[in-house]
Amino acid sequence: MHESMLDYAQRRYLKIAIALCALSIVAYAWHDPLSPPNGGTWLGYTLGGIGAALILWLTALGVRKRSYSSALGTLRGWTSAHVYLGLALIVVATLHTGFQFGWNLHTLCYVLMLFVIGSGIFGVIVYLRYPQAMSANRAGTKPDVLLEEINDLDQRSLRVANEMPRRFGDVLRANREGTRVGGSTRAILGGLDFSTINLPAAGGSQAVPNPEQAALLDWLGAELARSTDGELTKRIGDLLSVVATRRNQLRRLRRDAQIRGWLEIWLYVHVPVTLALIGTLIAHVVSVFLYW
Amino acid sequence: MTTKVAIAVVGSGPGGLSAAARAAEVGVSHVLLEQTAAHSNTIQKYQKGKHVMAEPNILPLRSPMRFEAGTREKILGEWAEGLTEHKVNIRYGAEVVGISGAKGDFHLKLQDGSEVLAENVILGIGLQGNPRRLGVPGDGLPCVQYTLDDPDEYKDEVIVVVGAGDAAIENAVALAKQNTVYLVNRSGEFSRCKDGNLALILKTIEAGKVTCLYSTQCASLTETPGTVFSLASATAFSIGERPYLLALNTAAGDMQLPCNRIIARLGATPPRKFVESCGIKFPSNDPSSLPVLSTSYESNVPGIYVIGALGGYPLIKQAMNQGYEVVEFIRGNPVAPADEPLLAAKFAGIPGYRSVTETLQAMQQRIPLFTEVNPLMFRELLLGSTIHVLKPDAVVFKRNDYTNSFYTIFNGGVDIQIDDNNPAKRIPLLIGQFFGEMGLLSGRRRTATVLAGKDCVLIETPRRDALKLLSSVDAARAVLDQTFIVRAIQSGFAPQAKTADLLPIAAKSKLNRYKAGQVVFSEGDEADALHLVRSGSLAILHVVGSREIVTSYVAAGNYVGEMGLMGNTRRSATVRATVVTETISLDADAFAELLQKNPALRSELEDTVRQRIASNTRLQGQDNAGALISFLLKQGLGEATDVLLIDETLCVGCDNCERACAATHGGTSRLDRAAGPTFANVHVPTSCRHCEDPHCMKDCPPDAIRRSPNGEVFVGDNCIGCGNCERNCPYGVIQLAGPPPEQPSLASWLMFGSQKENVFGEVQGLGRKHHHHDHGHGAPKAMKKAVKCDMCKGQDGGPACVRACPTGAALRVSPEEFVTFVQQEASRF
Repeated sequence: MHESMLDYAQRRYLKIAIALCALSIVAYAWHDPLSPPNGGTWLGYTLGGIGAALILWLTALGVRKRSYSSALGTLRGWTSAHVYLGLALIVVATLHTGFQFGWNLHTLCYVLMLFVIGSGIFGVIVYLRYPQAMSANRAGTKPDVLLEEINDLDQRSLRVANEMPRRFGDVLRANREGTRVGGSTRAILGGLDFSTINLPAAGGSQAVPNPEQAALLDWLGAELARSTDGELTKRIGDLLSVVATRRNQLRRLRRDAQIRGWLEIWLYVHVPVTLALIGTLIAHVVSVFLYW
Repeated sequence: MTTKVAIAVVGSGPGGLSAAARAAEVGVSHVLLEQTAAHSNTIQKYQKGKHVMAEPNILPLRSPMRFEAGTREKILGEWAEGLTEHKVNIRYGAEVVGISGAKGDFHLKLQDGSEVLAENVILGIGLQGNPRRLGVPGDGLPCVQYTLDDPDEYKDEVIVVVGAGDAAIENAVALAKQNTVYLVNRSGEFSRCKDGNLALILKTIEAGKVTCLYSTQCASLTETPGTVFSLASATAFSIGERPYLLALNTAAGDMQLPCNRIIARLGATPPRKFVESCGIKFPSNDPSSLPVLSTSYESNVPGIYVIGALGGYPLIKQAMNQGYEVVEFIRGNPVAPADEPLLAAKFAGIPGYRSVTETLQAMQQRIPLFTEVNPLMFRELLLGSTIHVLKPDAVVFKRNDYTNSFYTIFNGGVDIQIDDNNPAKRIPLLIGQFFGEMGLLSGRRRTATVLAGKDCVLIETPRRDALKLLSSVDAARAVLDQTFIVRAIQSGFAPQAKTADLLPIAAKSKLNRYKAGQVVFSEGDEADALHLVRSGSLAILHVVGSREIVTSYVAAGNYVGEMGLMGNTRRSATVRATVVTETISLDADAFAELLQKNPALRSELEDTVRQRIASNTRLQGQDNAGALISFLLKQGLGEATDVLLIDETLCVGCDNCERACAATHGGTSRLDRAAGPTFANVHVPTSCRHCEDPHCMKDCPPDAIRRSPNGEVFVGDNCIGCGNCERNCPYGVIQLAGPPPEQPSLASWLMFGSQKENVFGEVQGLGRKHHHHDHGHGAPKAMKKAVKCDMCKGQDGGPACVRACPTGAALRVSPEEFVTFVQQEASRF
């Protein structure tokens, strides 16, 4: 009943893309120009024309994606075609170059194109791989629910701490203050934990890194070892288990942000480089026709 | 104060105001009795700035009071001016507790013990009822309120919520965000609320956000001058002053609670009891039935007139017109109702039309179903109905259409085509008969095509009006039920059978109603009946060890239990209603009779049995399939006709579905992708299920929610924004939305996507999450209307959400594809 964009319409666009590549390769092999193969032969112009048209059409996905009332095919069909024909562009454009590269605008255009396609391939891999991982990590819940749960855990631990010496409440509040999920792009994509915590130290308090709540768990562990009061020991035990749960929820939240980050970040490369590509493509075409 | 007036108007809603103003205008002695401190209490309670519509547009206004669509404030202001301008004699705080006497000499007893004498009484008290009062000394203080409009209005207060029902719980939880909240519960638990609210309140109490005082009753309320310096206020309530002191009897003893505000949510006393105490009769025990009235709105008690919602006219303009008309009637000045020209226009096309009154009479004479209906109600019914004058063989509706109106034959006849393959095979229906009741009762597709006969004139009545008729007129309901059963057997099993042959079987058949989750029959029971599902749906399940495994699902219009009747004597599975469900059961003897008459039916049923056994064993092999069906049924798929599902193995969370929905629907998305539960990679987003018998349609004053011929349930332009549908939808998929937010420019959109939160803007450390939900605050509120999924009715290419999904994760499933979908999904995990 449903299938991924790659399987759309029995892989119709894969077949078309293969046919396009095959045709280009056969033509290239059969073609015997007077000069060495390059973009200036009739085949070069043809392949270049097809390539340029493809680039413009591939870019048009961005417009089609936002034409919500368009009845021109489904977006899934367009994406399927975008992926396969985008890959075919590697063959078409490479043959168009006739393998003549240099430190010039034309090669820059080619490199930018490869860069766009490369980021696109990365995007497809991410799209195929991560949704399932995200679903598994969420296990039926959602980030805002996790956040709420963490808030609840904090309230609960603070209530426990209310019955304990003051330093416990202070440390828990400091932990709440210092907890970080995401933040910088690096932290999100790396799933890194830059949380800190202010722990009591000689002559005041000291901020220390607290990844995975480790510093807090360590501090609580030390307090537990030191405690001689039965009631207090029990309460520290309660806190330890709450903090451990909190750590697990934070881990899931971070993982979720990381996955969503990867699902989004590649587009921040793919789209701007595409715009750069179109700029250089125009320059490439204009320069070829005006100054060649 | 016991002066006698000609007219006492009880209730200063639109109808009462209009009546009193008309009386004042023409100099008739009158008094308008309002129990609260302001006129039009129901409209006063509307949310601030709410836009009030003037439906129905075609109806002219006939009242000395002004009224046109506008904000709540404007309308209330105009009415206040009207009261002064016409020098209406209005008494506030005058609650009528009893009416005795007879025409010419009524005694209206008021709450404060005084009495009003009147020759005639006009009741315009609406249907809302009076909130139950706190009933303790001091409950008249201004800190006691019985409603809560906007919980965000209060901050840093100590608020005591009294009650343990849904309203109390919802208020307490909402107020707890910014206030210290105590919930006073008379009993030791919460037994009167919805499951969802029970979980919510227990969690909130557990989290310490609300303090619940169980087994506690209010004793008295006093005002405390100045600041309270009690021990309690020094510790628990350090912010602000608590000018009131509530004394409570708790299980542990007495307690004094300083507070700012008391919100009592103790339910309402329906007005019916009061109305009946005045001697006015209701036609049935159905809670939705309304008093019987004459064409001049007079009840069975001469001299007592009923107008407005209590008289069956829920819209403001209708009520105002009635107020005017009823005063004219009392003055002995019969006016033609304001709707007369509308009816005349409706009837003008009928061959041989002479007058509205004659036509109405002829209709009631010719159509037995309408004979018992009181003339006023019948008029209202016709006002909502459409008259069709059709040429022979014109199509009235087609099989599988999703329309749900109800037809009666005023003249000529129609032919029902029951077999698509054999168009010549027709059942004729003649003058006075009705059809279309199947769609009316079960909300399912039309089961046959209907063609017009010779001289055909039909009355088409919308579902809501027809249901209103059925709930008020018992006789009509009985006729309809009987006919439904015969026709259901005819179309379900025995299309060849003659109606006369089926009548004895229909007489033996039974109509059964099941609550959601109720067992229809259990595995191992004696197989004594076959069930035809009339509305709702059933789940078929097997008990394996201690677990229940759902193996299949039966939608309305299908039958279940045929296996037992085909020779087995014990039920091979348990059948349970997934939602509120009605079945018609045919017992084994009646069934044997039916099989004897139709040998072909036997082989057809054997086929069904074979298929079902195959399907059961297939699904039983897949443990997950049963769990998935159970999950989906819990999400309301048991009553869905079309539901949006998201395959989480494919969804990249780009929210293009939501954007597509917003872009094609005036800027507001009707689906919330991320919300809603997930099971085994199948996510059910918050989006309309297009229920068979939509909950949202139940209580829509202008009847704005309709079902199109293709099945989509949509909100029409005549929505008045009352919010009933939003409250009635169990799946939370309807919202009230104003005009759309501004769109970002195309360039920024192309580069950065929409301004909708993305992951990089959103997650920034705990407690610092941005809140985007502040639209509308501060700015003047524009008119809000209900919006919901309309399945992109009228757009090419089908629903935009599915069309806009780049990865193929979004898909729509109908009950017919439901089991196939589950099998396919289950085979993937």
